[in-house]
Amino acid sequence: MKYVIIGNSVAAIGGVEGIRQVDPEGEIILISKEPYATYSRPLISYFLAGKVDTRHMAYRPATFYKAHDVTALLGKEASRLDTKNAKVILTDGEEISYDRLLVATGGVPFVPPIKGIEAKGVTTFTTWDDAKALKRLVPALKKVVILGGGLIGVKAMEGLQAHGVDITVVELMDRILGLVLDKTASGILEKKLLQEGVTLKKGTTIKEIISGEDGKVREVSLENGESLEADHVIIAIGVRPNLEVVKDSPIECGRGILVDESMQTSVPNVFAAGDVAEAMELISGEKRVIPILPNAYRQGKIAGMTMAGREVPYLGGIVMNSVEVGGIPAISAGLMNPEEKAGYEVKRRLNKRENTYQKMVIKDNRLVGYILIGAVDRAGIYTGLIRERIDVKPFKNKLLDSDFGFIDFPKDLRSYKLSTTYM
Amino acid sequence: MKRVYAKEEVCAGCRLCEIWCVVAHSKSKNIIKAFNEEFPRPLPRVKVEEFGPFSFALQCRHCKEPPCIEACMTGAMHRETPDGPVLHDPDKCVGCWMCIMVCPYGAIARDETEKKIASKCDLCQGEEEPACVAHCPNEALVFEDREE
Repeated sequence: MKYVIIGNSVAAIGGVEGIRQVDPEGEIILISKEPYATYSRPLISYFLAGKVDTRHMAYRPATFYKAHDVTALLGKEASRLDTKNAKVILTDGEEISYDRLLVATGGVPFVPPIKGIEAKGVTTFTTWDDAKALKRLVPALKKVVILGGGLIGVKAMEGLQAHGVDITVVELMDRILGLVLDKTASGILEKKLLQEGVTLKKGTTIKEIISGEDGKVREVSLENGESLEADHVIIAIGVRPNLEVVKDSPIECGRGILVDESMQTSVPNVFAAGDVAEAMELISGEKRVIPILPNAYRQGKIAGMTMAGREVPYLGGIVMNSVEVGGIPAISAGLMNPEEKAGYEVKRRLNKRENTYQKMVIKDNRLVGYILIGAVDRAGIYTGLIRERIDVKPFKNKLLDSDFGFIDFPKDLRSYKLSTTYM
Repeated sequence: MKRVYAKEEVCAGCRLCEIWCVVAHSKSKNIIKAFNEEFPRPLPRVKVEEFGPFSFALQCRHCKEPPCIEACMTGAMHRETPDGPVLHDPDKCVGCWMCIMVCPYGAIARDETEKKIASKCDLCQGEEEPACVAHCPNEALVFEDREE
């Protein structure tokens, strides 16, 4: 069996590890556009901040490819697929045949068509190269504008804060981290950011980026009429699936590559996983692109195992994120901003003095989402309740207790949980 | 693999497991020194849950398909052999709390005593049995291989 994997990040590595759990012998060829051995994308903000050095950027030990008997073609780019003849064609013309193919090309930053965006000093922030370039520039920067107060924007901000740069975050929504938190939760974090000297411009976006005669960013004007001085702009409004390699193939795509519960695409022997895939979401039961690391790994691993002949179904992913802003940890998962009057029961507890906040979203006695700010300990128990669709009725009034735990579960459930492991 | 299992019926809630876990992960391995002289003192990696007359001790279950390893963004959370314990490399950990977000047992704690890192049970590597089991006065914790 010959396996080919396009990509070299979390889903691709999950794929390798999944294959090797089942098939120790088949040939694995991994194709990666970036010249680096697998590194941790989420660590780029830590790298920018100087908290993590080059050696610690590695997602797996240096021995990984050898230990898993993988031929890694680093710095080679897959151009297109010939699914009829089961071949991947590289940009340099080389053709690589496969028996099973995993497309794990991830996401690419979404760059909106803003007037003046081609100016020098406008960059994105998703790859190690992005972080390296920014790190080289940062000593000379004074005022940076970040477009987007979501996860990428917040991470870029965190990386820049360590350098004492003046930062303004421009966010179209009425709050930062709007997709993963609610107004109250965002409010706690925003207050902290303001104390730390970050400027927030909410409910607006960049209308135009104005550059000087040297072609470099000088100023940005906002939709609300304001103008901001800037010597660098980071576009951080999100990522979209990187469909480049499959676009002329018969593989069915929605927003991402559509996959079934074993991560197989509409074309036999071709699989997709991670930020490029549109897979089942657990709560809605619909297919969605959820570009988060734990789902990418799980999907990659399931694809790998299935490709090697062991069928393990993907039970569906949920949105979940862990982020820290100004030293305040925040974890959220599932549906945290339900529509009003749609049958959701919402429980909240806010402690303004301690900067802690908890929110539980329940529907039909099943937990479907939560937010924890400040006190995030044992968050995974809530994630588990969502994933396993456990009836929370017997302990619903305990969910917000700071010492909520297995002790609050009915005895049968607790005994079962404590006598088994996860899967 | 051998894992620690709790017997709720005989747990007295004395929390000696937490104490001995701290000692086992201290520098001196000596109870007096660990509590009197070592600062910061290590966190216990086992937690006694208690309500009224009920109590039991809970630590990492060393899951077959560990969500913490899957969610770890640095590779700090790992297994050295397929049947080995789930281990954590503090040097690689950056304290992002992704493992805390996904551990269905709530068995990973935030250790902010020095550099921010995750803290969890390592089954007392190198010892015959984990300290919590060895020092449980009522045999409410057992170290057994229950797999078929």
